[in-house]
Amino acid sequence: MLPLILFFIFAALCVGGAINLLVQKHPINSALSLIVVMGSLALIYLLLGAEFVAAVQVIVYAGAVMVLFVFVIMLLNAGVEERTEHASRVAMVLGVPGLIIGLSLAVWVVSHLAGLDCIAIGGPMVMNGSDVFGNPQAIGHLLFRNFLLPFEVTSILILIAIMGAVVLARREE
Amino acid sequence: MGIGTYILVSLVKIAIALAILLTAVAYTTLLERKVVGHIQNRWGPSRVGPFGIWQPLADGLKFIFKEDITPPFANKPLYMLAPIIALTTALTSIAVIPIGPWIRVGSINTPLQIADVNIGLLIILGVTSVGVYGVALAGWSSNSKYSMLGGLRASAQMVSYEIALGLSLIGVLIYTGSFSLRDIVDSQAGTWLGFIPKWNLFRGQFVAFFIYIMAAYAETNRIPFDLPEAETELVAGYHTEYSSMKFAMFFMAEYANMVTVACLASILFLGGWSGPVFGPPIVQSLLPVFWFALRVFAFMFIYIWVRGTLPRFRYDQLMAFGWKFLLPLAIANIVVTSLVVALK
Repeated sequence: MLPLILFFIFAALCVGGAINLLVQKHPINSALSLIVVMGSLALIYLLLGAEFVAAVQVIVYAGAVMVLFVFVIMLLNAGVEERTEHASRVAMVLGVPGLIIGLSLAVWVVSHLAGLDCIAIGGPMVMNGSDVFGNPQAIGHLLFRNFLLPFEVTSILILIAIMGAVVLARREE
Repeated sequence: MGIGTYILVSLVKIAIALAILLTAVAYTTLLERKVVGHIQNRWGPSRVGPFGIWQPLADGLKFIFKEDITPPFANKPLYMLAPIIALTTALTSIAVIPIGPWIRVGSINTPLQIADVNIGLLIILGVTSVGVYGVALAGWSSNSKYSMLGGLRASAQMVSYEIALGLSLIGVLIYTGSFSLRDIVDSQAGTWLGFIPKWNLFRGQFVAFFIYIMAAYAETNRIPFDLPEAETELVAGYHTEYSSMKFAMFFMAEYANMVTVACLASILFLGGWSGPVFGPPIVQSLLPVFWFALRVFAFMFIYIWVRGTLPRFRYDQLMAFGWKFLLPLAIANIVVTSLVVALK
């Protein structure tokens, strides 16, 4: 019972943060709302028994990625955003609810097809009945045994992206 | 243990841990002023009580009675939030730090630690990385160029050195195979030849220890890496516009972070609370805590010693040192440690 109550509290915090992110006019407030979303996501991972993923979520997203976002906003001293004139009324009213309904339908269908119904709140994350995932050992096993090649290829892809950014950001001499 | 007893015991432990931490923070400021005073051939505070022993109380009273000023063009909500984030994150880390083995009080058997979690080290890293927002937001929301520059410097420095700090711990983790701080201490029990303790420092993590110490000095914005508050260039850095208790909160956060860093260094590299245990039962249960406190005190003393001795780095030197020296060294340490463990 307690995990379910906690889940709804953190889920509400998460959705509230996400809505606040869209509503806020100043970029720094939006960035801070995104941090709230990341933090509550981490807490939901914790409820699922995936403590390693939760910690990494906080360290990487809240602690590194979002710091850089805030950093850029501070450096550019970005001001309050302006509203464009030709906004569609229908999109403003129906856009967000329509998107939510569409996405939840998609998630429901995909999870049914993949047989992921057995994820239980408050217990260890179990896939297909047996393998526990979410703790450091399981993740290390997946990354460095089962998916070693995709993992290494992704790392090289990220390295290429970093080097590309450095090349593009350098001023012409 | 029933859930009621568990909550009661936890609350008592939280109260005791906070009291100890805040006292340590207050008296570190006195220690710092005394030791730096003696290094510079002065006496340091000596008027309030014998040897200036009530000086921290006087400082606290002064902070409380000072006028609390909010600059007119500051972003008020964030200006209020920044010191709260800084202090909260600094105090939270103590929750997972073990200060001794299990003790027995009456019928209750409990570890000397608020929460023995299996990802303790990661929690400390996560909480510290969130602490950057306190500094960054303080700099930005004050709407002053000195604060802004200090905040930018601090966040860039903390993000950069966090990488070297995190990587320096991996060698220890490879030896232990656990993120739990209690497991890490337990894995260092015992001695070689009866007198050399099996601390991680002596088990090949010598380089990692120095990387950790240097990165930790940068993380806590201490000399020789205290560029975020370089008073000759930036007045006071990110907390230039703060006064009264809000200023004091930044100060307490800085010293609480120093205590956390010292505790972590003792746990990870110096065997935690290991040491000779003897005497009657009450002494036996308290001696480990004393050995732990002794290590933490030594680290705090070195912090102050370094402050009284070294000049400040230049900013480009700081960045080059972090990225071009500490980071490759930390990665090399991981490779060597993994090879040693794999070949054993």
